[in-house]
Amino acid sequence: MCLAVPGKVVAIDDSADPLTGLIDFGGVQKQACLEYVPEVRVGEYVIVHVGFALQRLDEESALASLKLFEELGLLEEEFGDAWEQAAKEAGTA
Amino acid sequence: MKYIDEFNDPELARRLLDEIRATATRPWALMEVCGGQTHSIIRHGIDQLLPEQVELIHGPGCPVCVTPLEVIDKALEIASRPGVIFCSFGDMLRVPGTGRDLFRVKGEGGDVRVVYSPLDALELARRHPDREVVFFAIGFETTAPANAMAVHQARRLGLSNFSLLVSHVRVPPAVEAIMTAPACRVQGFLAAGHVCSVMGTAEYPELAERFGVPMVVTGFEPLDILEGIRRAVRQLERGEHRVENAYPRAVREEGNPAAVRMIEEVFEVTDRSWRGIGRIPASGWRLRDAFRAYDAEHRFDVTGIRTEEPAECRSGEVLQGLIKPTECAAFGTTCTPRTPLGATMVSSEGACAAYYLYRRMNAPTPPAGRATQEGVAPVA
Amino acid sequence: MPEQLAEVVDPANWTCPAPLRDQGVVVMGHGGGGALSAELMEQVFTPAYGNATLAGLADSAVLELGGARLAFSTDSYVVRPLFFPGGSLGDLAVNGTVNDLAMSGARPAYLSAAFVLEEGVELTVVERIARAMGAAAETAGVTIATGDTKVVESGHGDGVYVTTAGVGLVPDGVDIRPQRARPGDAVIVSGPIGLHGVAIMSVREGLEFGVEVASDTAPLADLVASMLAVTSDIHVLRDPTRGGLAASLNEIARASGTGVRLQERAVPVPDAVANACGFLGIDPLYVANEGRLVAFVPRSAADEVLAAMRDHPQGAGATLIGECVADHPGMVVAATGLGGTRVVDLPLGEQLPRIC
Repeated sequence: MCLAVPGKVVAIDDSADPLTGLIDFGGVQKQACLEYVPEVRVGEYVIVHVGFALQRLDEESALASLKLFEELGLLEEEFGDAWEQAAKEAGTA
Repeated sequence: MKYIDEFNDPELARRLLDEIRATATRPWALMEVCGGQTHSIIRHGIDQLLPEQVELIHGPGCPVCVTPLEVIDKALEIASRPGVIFCSFGDMLRVPGTGRDLFRVKGEGGDVRVVYSPLDALELARRHPDREVVFFAIGFETTAPANAMAVHQARRLGLSNFSLLVSHVRVPPAVEAIMTAPACRVQGFLAAGHVCSVMGTAEYPELAERFGVPMVVTGFEPLDILEGIRRAVRQLERGEHRVENAYPRAVREEGNPAAVRMIEEVFEVTDRSWRGIGRIPASGWRLRDAFRAYDAEHRFDVTGIRTEEPAECRSGEVLQGLIKPTECAAFGTTCTPRTPLGATMVSSEGACAAYYLYRRMNAPTPPAGRATQEGVAPVA
Repeated sequence: MPEQLAEVVDPANWTCPAPLRDQGVVVMGHGGGGALSAELMEQVFTPAYGNATLAGLADSAVLELGGARLAFSTDSYVVRPLFFPGGSLGDLAVNGTVNDLAMSGARPAYLSAAFVLEEGVELTVVERIARAMGAAAETAGVTIATGDTKVVESGHGDGVYVTTAGVGLVPDGVDIRPQRARPGDAVIVSGPIGLHGVAIMSVREGLEFGVEVASDTAPLADLVASMLAVTSDIHVLRDPTRGGLAASLNEIARASGTGVRLQERAVPVPDAVANACGFLGIDPLYVANEGRLVAFVPRSAADEVLAAMRDHPQGAGATLIGECVADHPGMVVAATGLGGTRVVDLPLGEQLPRIC
């Protein structure tokens, strides 16, 4: 289910009802409804499904995930559970 | 593209695979619930890269595939009516009902249109006040906020020529149905990330506890899927069964409260049939009474249409990992990707369709969910 | 409701990906260049016409006539919108037929052009298309030698349809056809894929999205000539139009009874194409091209052919993307970026945007 892709908010039309913004998907631009992420700012990334932004993407969590993957096999023995460690640091556990 | 490229890195994928290989000491059967995840698994060949011990069972999470034949027949009937503009997501037009599909209806003069978003259907209703615009509202929790918004806006704008043919489904009751089936083989779940982006994870701890299965909220890029598998396997090896979030960049525990509020304003929980599986209690949404005027089933009086699923189709058992596609008598004979009987043959990611494809390679039939074969040696 | 949200795709622009078999009527998928098109050919036209030349199912037929070897091809052009980033119906009508001839190794010489016009179409539209055809013919070095015009009543056409046919001479010693693919052949694509299909989708009514992509429509005969200058032993050429690279490779695999193994990471997909496909849920391998070719050449000549292609403006992005193998005959298999494999099946028709 549910092809949803990340895109960057490049413009927000506050006067639109429902709230609408222009999203850039890596060189592909398309309008999306922002009504479910009303606090989103230009420059932030959202995940878009059938023309609706469903959630803001959290950069810190993404970086924490990638950091964990990089440290796999290196940290596990030393610190026990690398993921929980990373998640704790990012405050997203 | 940010948030995609990083999560496709082959070197990090290799580390995750090594970790999974090092962790799995026994055979484990995991179900990825979502069709989008199945697509990604097949698309990247992830199933072939996993160690022997880890088996992926493709779950019933494709809204197109699980939409029951009866609802498709209702869609065909409504789309055939003069004066109707029938709007649907693209992938729904390929799904056959009894004897025909939406493209055939279009060929016979029906006005069938593909839309990208339900708001496009609403816009069509606004532009064509003399026509009845019907939107085929299928989907899981991810799509429900969009479809709910369309109805909400229609009422606000006073668009009386707009209605929905609703066939919304919900994930948690399907998980419950799978786990309570006799001989269920699923030992852990990769929960659908984008469903959880909307709904959050509150519904899952009870399921994980009751059935003793790990439930790992999982994203869609290759690294996301591998991380979901890694965590599920790790829990299984440790004898744990918790809810974990392996897709934290897009999933918060509380989900998206604004979207959930809109769903609850417009829809209410109802029983629903799943193609190939049958009726699952409380597994769907329908329009609330307050929005009854926007219900196409009533507006076009198609509630009387009753269609039985083909009896020879055993896709329900395939979906639950109980049988392999080749054990179904209809497989490859009366049931092919071109003439599918059940959900698992309808979409290219369905277990039966994948088997059908790989069988053509003169390959020994791959074990469920694993598509290795002679001649195309997986590169380890 | 903001106007920009009117994302309604006219289904006439999409071909049916999986219509019911045996339903007894023509569906859009029959024109999609995939399995249904092939079936229509194999089950209706070939038996009805009953001759060996047609059975070749190549882009163009190669015929002996008056001591000369002629390549002969025809194609009808139907596109909406008529004008799109990078070209128009007129460019496609000339380049498409030129390229079909070139895929037999021929030097295209003469084209015919037949118009079916819908009553009410503005003459300036017809003129723009005709001018585009004239300019494209000049670029390709062909002459539009004969033509015809018919008009159908308003509502019975789609503005403008153009059918072109073309002839060209095939040089001695050149035998290029899908059946000649051999295990060990190098598989080369002449440049980045998916540009035409994405450019068209980006301006289709309702689906519009902003993207800096122009159609790749271009004549390929000169590129082919420069490849043949390296070696006359080029086995197969194909221009991956409808159905994209996936359809062309599957057709070659089936016609030759060989397998094709693709290195997915080597396939040149521009970022904008990849991202547009990601957002629509479609696979770039299935997206149409109008100025690309895929070549099967003997391994021993591959490096030289590649170098010659890269020296040519139409082949600057030429890349080795895979090889022809004896395994899995009739099938195309891709090694994925992660090191897994997947089957790249023949599309039934054009892909539809998907939600799941």
